Amino acid sequence: MIKASDLCLLLPQIIVAVAAIIVMLSIAIKRSHLFSYIFTLVALAIAFISIYYVPAETSATSLFVIDGFGLFITGLIICAAFIVTLMSYHYLKVQEIKSEEYYILLLLATLGSVTMVISSHFISFFLSLEVLSVSLFALIAYLKRKDFAIESGIKYLVLAAVSTSFLLFGVALIYAETGHMDLAGISAATTANTSEGFLLVAGLALVIVGIGFKMALVPFHLWTPDIYSGASAPVSAFVATVSKGATFAFLLRLFYGIGGLKNESTWLSFAVIAAASMLIGNWLALRQQNIKRLLAYSSISHLGYMMVAFLAMNQTGVNAAAFYLVVYFVSMLAAFGTVIYLSDKNGEAINVEDYRGLFWRKPLLAAVFTVVLLSLAGIPLTAGFLGKFYLLTAGASAGIWTMMIILVVSSAIGLFYYLRVVAIMFSGKKEIAPEAAPTPLTLIGESSFPLKLILGVLFILLLWFGIYPSSLLSVLQQMISGIF
Amino acid sequence: MILVYLIIILMFGGLLTWIVGKRNPLACRWISLLAVLTDLVIIVAYWISIYDKVEITSKQSWLVDIQTQWIPQFGVTFHFAMDGLSLLMTVLTLFLGALAVIVSWKEINERVGFFHFNMLWLLAGILGVFLSVDMLLFYFFWEVMLVPMYFILAIWGHENRKYAGMKFFLFTQLSGLLMLIAIIGLYFIHGNNTGQYTFDYFALIGTSFSGTTGFWLMCGFLIAFLVKLPALPFHSWLPDAYTQSPTGGSVILAGLMSKTAAYGILRFVLPFFPDASQVIAPVIIIIGIAGILYGAKLAYAQTDLKRMIAFSSLSHMGFILVGIFSFQALAYQGTVIEMIAHGISISALFIVAGAINARTGSRDMNQMGRFWEQIPKMGGITLIFVLATLGLPGLGNFIAEFLILAGAFQTNMVLAIIATLGLVASMIYALVILQKIFQGERKKEWTLSDFSARELTVMGSLIIAIVWLGIYPQPVIKTVQPVINNMKMQDDAFYYENRYQPENYNSSEVISQSGIDEYASGGNIIFNQSSALPVKEIYTEPSAATKRGAILFHSTETPYPVTVGSDGGLIEMHPTNMFNYQLVYHSSSSKKGGVK
Repeated sequence: MIKASDLCLLLPQIIVAVAAIIVMLSIAIKRSHLFSYIFTLVALAIAFISIYYVPAETSATSLFVIDGFGLFITGLIICAAFIVTLMSYHYLKVQEIKSEEYYILLLLATLGSVTMVISSHFISFFLSLEVLSVSLFALIAYLKRKDFAIESGIKYLVLAAVSTSFLLFGVALIYAETGHMDLAGISAATTANTSEGFLLVAGLALVIVGIGFKMALVPFHLWTPDIYSGASAPVSAFVATVSKGATFAFLLRLFYGIGGLKNESTWLSFAVIAAASMLIGNWLALRQQNIKRLLAYSSISHLGYMMVAFLAMNQTGVNAAAFYLVVYFVSMLAAFGTVIYLSDKNGEAINVEDYRGLFWRKPLLAAVFTVVLLSLAGIPLTAGFLGKFYLLTAGASAGIWTMMIILVVSSAIGLFYYLRVVAIMFSGKKEIAPEAAPTPLTLIGESSFPLKLILGVLFILLLWFGIYPSSLLSVLQQMISGIF
Repeated sequence: MILVYLIIILMFGGLLTWIVGKRNPLACRWISLLAVLTDLVIIVAYWISIYDKVEITSKQSWLVDIQTQWIPQFGVTFHFAMDGLSLLMTVLTLFLGALAVIVSWKEINERVGFFHFNMLWLLAGILGVFLSVDMLLFYFFWEVMLVPMYFILAIWGHENRKYAGMKFFLFTQLSGLLMLIAIIGLYFIHGNNTGQYTFDYFALIGTSFSGTTGFWLMCGFLIAFLVKLPALPFHSWLPDAYTQSPTGGSVILAGLMSKTAAYGILRFVLPFFPDASQVIAPVIIIIGIAGILYGAKLAYAQTDLKRMIAFSSLSHMGFILVGIFSFQALAYQGTVIEMIAHGISISALFIVAGAINARTGSRDMNQMGRFWEQIPKMGGITLIFVLATLGLPGLGNFIAEFLILAGAFQTNMVLAIIATLGLVASMIYALVILQKIFQGERKKEWTLSDFSARELTVMGSLIIAIVWLGIYPQPVIKTVQPVINNMKMQDDAFYYENRYQPENYNSSEVISQSGIDEYASGGNIIFNQSSALPVKEIYTEPSAATKRGAILFHSTETPYPVTVGSDGGLIEMHPTNMFNYQLVYHSSSSKKGGVK
């Protein structure tokens, strides 16, 4: 039975769910873009604050576990959703379409994500995954006049459905072998039964397919560039951060919880997936001319980097993964924020060429974007460096030197395309001034104060975490517990 | 605090130039120059103030040391320290930095503010590299140097700047990341050995490694430094970056950045990995000699003036490698003087090349000729630095290369003789510069103006420096001697003595207790695997204060470190050459016994 105190444990999730319903009802009464927007922001803010009142390290029901790690990632996801909401308002406003439902979908997708990170049972995981996926289908296709939006939505729908069916079959196999669907039960069953059953390994492999798809790890990454470039930039940002981060968090919980990584072949297959994601992700980004596709491939490789921490299988690894997740969220949100800033009514600034000479036109924005790219590339003074450093530390603590060297080599490959964009922003010396004139459309960023504010805050965070990470680290070390 | 001020002044000045640059380029140039000069005055004043206190025989090499918390979770501190070597490098950095600002005065007219911002942050990064003694902080600055240099190269460079900038960045970044892995590896091995997880340089010295781990970690460091130097197989970025960079950038790249690598080897590779560096020394010396000869040959073949100077730098960097890995006091002195003298002479040559490029718009020496008639001052000054490059006695480079070769000769006669051929080779390419540009036939009609007062000031100060170094190098040697006294030496049986803290181990009393006196031989050491190893010779350290012993015998089988008998002491294994190992025995302070 669920008691009142149990409800208190699920406070953030409940607030987000209730907010989605209220926005929906408000639309039935009177459509107001501004109200939906403000209400979503307020609800997310309240949900974030409510995290402080949730006591950590208890399991709410057999479906959920509320531990420090889960709360930390929940907070991170809610912050990201908050930022995506802020970035969306002006973006949607200039499109002149009915935008109220967008916020319902966003809240539902957030609900799916925050539920996923505390799931400790395949049922709750599957439900939250579906809540997330179904809202994402609609979100991706939301701007239906936009080129490829519907196509992307359908593509995501089909691929997600296929991967989910893999996942379900995997869960069924695991259940057949162990008789449990909750992680604790599976763990107990596997430790009791020392011989690794074939069905269990096969089931885990199929689960990896399902999770790998959501995280866009190679070889399940094929949807990523199309969805990123087809969806509107705020939605891409959401997919890149919230959806991937939540799945990654569950991956940690799942495989650490049931000790799946202790199986040599499982570890090895993850190592191969991680190496392939790092190398192929960076490799495919090299010649990209479309900035959103570039970010898509970049995000594939970044998830690969995080897998190194996952493979370390120790507390340092968990902390490193959480730290890197924060850094990755900040960098990716700022990157897509820049894309949104430079967009106008007719389209987004998706070509790398759109950024030519940006430094001389909008020095501050270019400085922000430069720091973002350097952070993604992992150059010191930015948070990305310390993130990568932490990942390497985790790798070294587990002695997985091969993975570390692959990480280093692939991030050197990655440097090439980040620098190319930086170089383009700084080039184009004199020819820019006359050509800038015949674009009367105002950029979204020019009219949106929140977007400027967000970019400024993210910029400061990137430098702050890069120069003085102690504050974040101590929060992390205090909060994160229980997963390992 | 003086060290922090030096860096803060540069960083703050950099921000100021960026802000001012848009409205008033001239003011921005002055701010930039003033910032560097202020630093230079501070450090020179400091040098003079401590100069008399330096004792040439002392081993107390550290002059300044400041430390505060930074990232306690990782054991990273904000730790700067300065000894004679870093003091000299700091002076060199600020001296050449000031010149780089002055030579950019007329050359850089676009986005002046951003240029000077990069320049000052670049200098701040280089200073940070020379001054930080926390490994993560060091790595931080190592990378902080990169980004501004990349911008200088890619924005204000010559025609092929993007390609050159990218190549430079990728080479140095990848090698730097390998160093980062090595640093983290060192951190963990030290942490696992002692339980104290720290990036502090002084704590990490003396970390002991098992098996080949030390060797691989050293390779991580060494690759980063060899790429930056650059040494032979890693030099392919060098001609592009040096050539495409604007003059100020070339000065910094060739004059300072290559020195950060030499400094890194001296400061980190040798103290952290005394044994592994001993093993790899022959390879590195051969790389160095190959670089000397190959660089000279390539320099001779160039028609592009800046490319030629770039390859001459490759050649001189070979001398630095030979000097460092000879493990001789003389060679160390030579290396330090070479770092300074090469910094000065190569900068002078790049400034001349920049001046010629500014006047003719060309770097192609085949189009030049007979310039002496029109611009005699430039010709004369170029002559001085050409002579310095080829190692004329009386100029700094001669002293440096002579000392290096004299030191190397003691270690390996044959290789030293081959390296000496480099001096002959350098004569050929260096004189070609003079011949093709200032003498020979007139290929084209140029209207040339001679050095201006601004340029003469720059060149004048460089001439004073190189002549001073050539005639009276004593201040440099005296300042750096305490550092050299601590360096690993080839013929020092107890070179590892600095690597063990006396409070952790107390000495060889065990050895004497077991009846073996100083320098006795024979007997066996019983290990806890209960196998006995024949002892060939046993040393105990002569000085009474830090009694420690060494046991020499022929065996490569024993794993390391080894617990001896029932005692808790350690035996450390040091390769003396490919086949022999020297074992050092440390009894733990609380227990006794073990050697029979």
